[in-house]
Amino acid sequence: MKKKFNLPVRQLATVGAFALFLLLGNFLMAKKIIGLYYTKVLMVAAINMILAVSLNIATGFLGQLPLGSAGFMAVGAYTSAIIMRKVTFVSPALAFPVCIIIGGLAAALCGFIIGLPALRLKGDYIAIITLGFAEIIRIVILNIDSALGITLTYGASNLKNIPKTTTFTNAFIWVFIVCYLVSALMKSRHGRAILSIRDNEIAAESCGINLTYYKTMAFIVYAFFTGIGGALYAGYLGILNPSGFSFAKSIDILVMVVLGGMGSMTGSVISAAVLTIVPEILHAFSDYRMIVYSLLLIVVMIFRPAGLMGNKEFSMDMLTGLFKKKAKGERSKK
Amino acid sequence: MSRLVPTPSTGVIPERDLGKTPVLEVVRLGIDFGGLTAVDDFTITVGPTEICGLIGPNGAGKTTVFNLLTNVYQPTRGTILLNGVPTQGKSVHEVNKMGIARTFQNVRLFKEMSVEDNVLIGLHNSMNYNIFESFCKMPRYIREEKRSHEKAMELLSIFNMEHLAEDRAGSLPYGVQRRLEILRALATDPSIILLDEPAAGMNPNETEALMQNIQKIRDTFRIAVMLIEHDMNLVMGICEGIAVLNYGRIIAKGTPDEIKSNPQVIEAYLGNRRNEGA
Ligand SMILES: Nc1ncnc2c1ncn2[C@@H]1O[C@H](COP(=O)(O)OP(=O)(O)O)[C@@H](O)[C@H]1O
Ligand SMILES: [Mg+2]
Repeated sequence: MKKKFNLPVRQLATVGAFALFLLLGNFLMAKKIIGLYYTKVLMVAAINMILAVSLNIATGFLGQLPLGSAGFMAVGAYTSAIIMRKVTFVSPALAFPVCIIIGGLAAALCGFIIGLPALRLKGDYIAIITLGFAEIIRIVILNIDSALGITLTYGASNLKNIPKTTTFTNAFIWVFIVCYLVSALMKSRHGRAILSIRDNEIAAESCGINLTYYKTMAFIVYAFFTGIGGALYAGYLGILNPSGFSFAKSIDILVMVVLGGMGSMTGSVISAAVLTIVPEILHAFSDYRMIVYSLLLIVVMIFRPAGLMGNKEFSMDMLTGLFKKKAKGERSKK
Repeated sequence: MSRLVPTPSTGVIPERDLGKTPVLEVVRLGIDFGGLTAVDDFTITVGPTEICGLIGPNGAGKTTVFNLLTNVYQPTRGTILLNGVPTQGKSVHEVNKMGIARTFQNVRLFKEMSVEDNVLIGLHNSMNYNIFESFCKMPRYIREEKRSHEKAMELLSIFNMEHLAEDRAGSLPYGVQRRLEILRALATDPSIILLDEPAAGMNPNETEALMQNIQKIRDTFRIAVMLIEHDMNLVMGICEGIAVLNYGRIIAKGTPDEIKSNPQVIEAYLGNRRNEGA
């Protein structure tokens, strides 16, 4: 509980650092030091950060293994995109935040519907149920128009003309919001309850923790933020096709969480950035790209089996702690 | 040591608890696992400030009784009244809220969490703020977290563990883990606490300290304690009523002196020892 910096100072410092980051990014983009291509890469990185941080709630904090992030993403993306296309009476930039939240809520509703029955059961049903859910969503999006004779998702022929409202700035603002909310959640009694379930279900229950309630809560939060990531993805691409939400997409996000360290939010953020940006830099190696990428993963897993960050969080205290340790080490050497 | 007197039901409780609702009234409780009857005809009454013991050879069904009392297992027969209220059909976390807390024979801590967080999980249901208040760091969130932190430290001070508050629970020595588990159970504000072999793996000095602490806990929190223990010094030293279980059935009930001189108990223990020796 004892922290070196008190709450308002910490919060101000965090917000300040983040504002500086946004300013710097925009400056570099305006000066064309970061080109259009890498601006896009950074936007994808931001979206992946949101997806990884939210999956980490379900895997790292709750200890379940959902394999259907792509499904919740698709729900968020399509919901937000369909509304964005219909809304013409306000500017897209104004409608976007509202549509993102609606996309998140739609995904959260799906999370509730499939999470509640699956999480009531003892055992690992979540993996298979979310896997099935994601496939069902993809098939429904693909076929709903022809089945019902409507034009909603445009199935395989692409949902086009979605306003491209995702920007470097708003994508990272959402990263910041999601990270803030997740860290606030994990510092509350609700977050502790979720962690206790991961550590020991039987003990948690005997301490008066309602397992179904907190498992479902964590799962809904995961689905909600994943839906938000999906909505930003739609605003980034401007065009949606159900094939973009396949099983491979879910696995990509899971790899980010595992590499970053299950149970570490900052680990998820760092690893999402690395795993988005490194393959782009490796484009130079073209054919060997995927081999290098796989090797990188294997090397990290050999030397840091618990992921880059383990289950620790990166913080200012950690930095000062590291600094002190170093200073101590040097002193003892003398 | 107080005398045992009859209650309106069939059970006995310490004299000082007379006139108060027994914290636990169990009548003819039983459970079958397939063809095996693990516990049968288990009847016991526990006074609101009683320390009682449950002893018996390994495999007698003692832990199963705890699992029945906390609704981990649904009983095949019989009723349980907790503070006069039947617990039938309640889930494990609801029974905890009704006033029963426990420890486990093979310690179950939240190993990856800090010592303080372990106690805070026990305090979970006494904290009163919702998820949105924690997002916005509302005054009630800050107040409740501060109050709970102080309460957790106060509980840790029972076993002089305040300095361990930030350590990872899984990194503690075994005996300390057992004590932390007791504190976590206490944090849920129970009216009875069930301890499954609390002195296992402790040396005689630690056991001696534990005995005093169990009594101290009973006196300060005014709660009942029911404990399973193989250490006869501990059981005979602090328990007011003792029930002896053998093959799932109670073979004797009474004060420590009565139990010590009961021929059936001696037979069960000696018979058991003879088998182990063979
Ligand atoms: N879930 C279960 N399924 C089947 N048998 C069980 C179960 N739980 C306990 N038992 C059996 O009940 C008996 C009593 O076990 P237990 O209560 O652990 O004994 P004790 O704690 O007195 O050593 C044992 O024979 C055990 O195998
Ligand atoms: Mg046992």
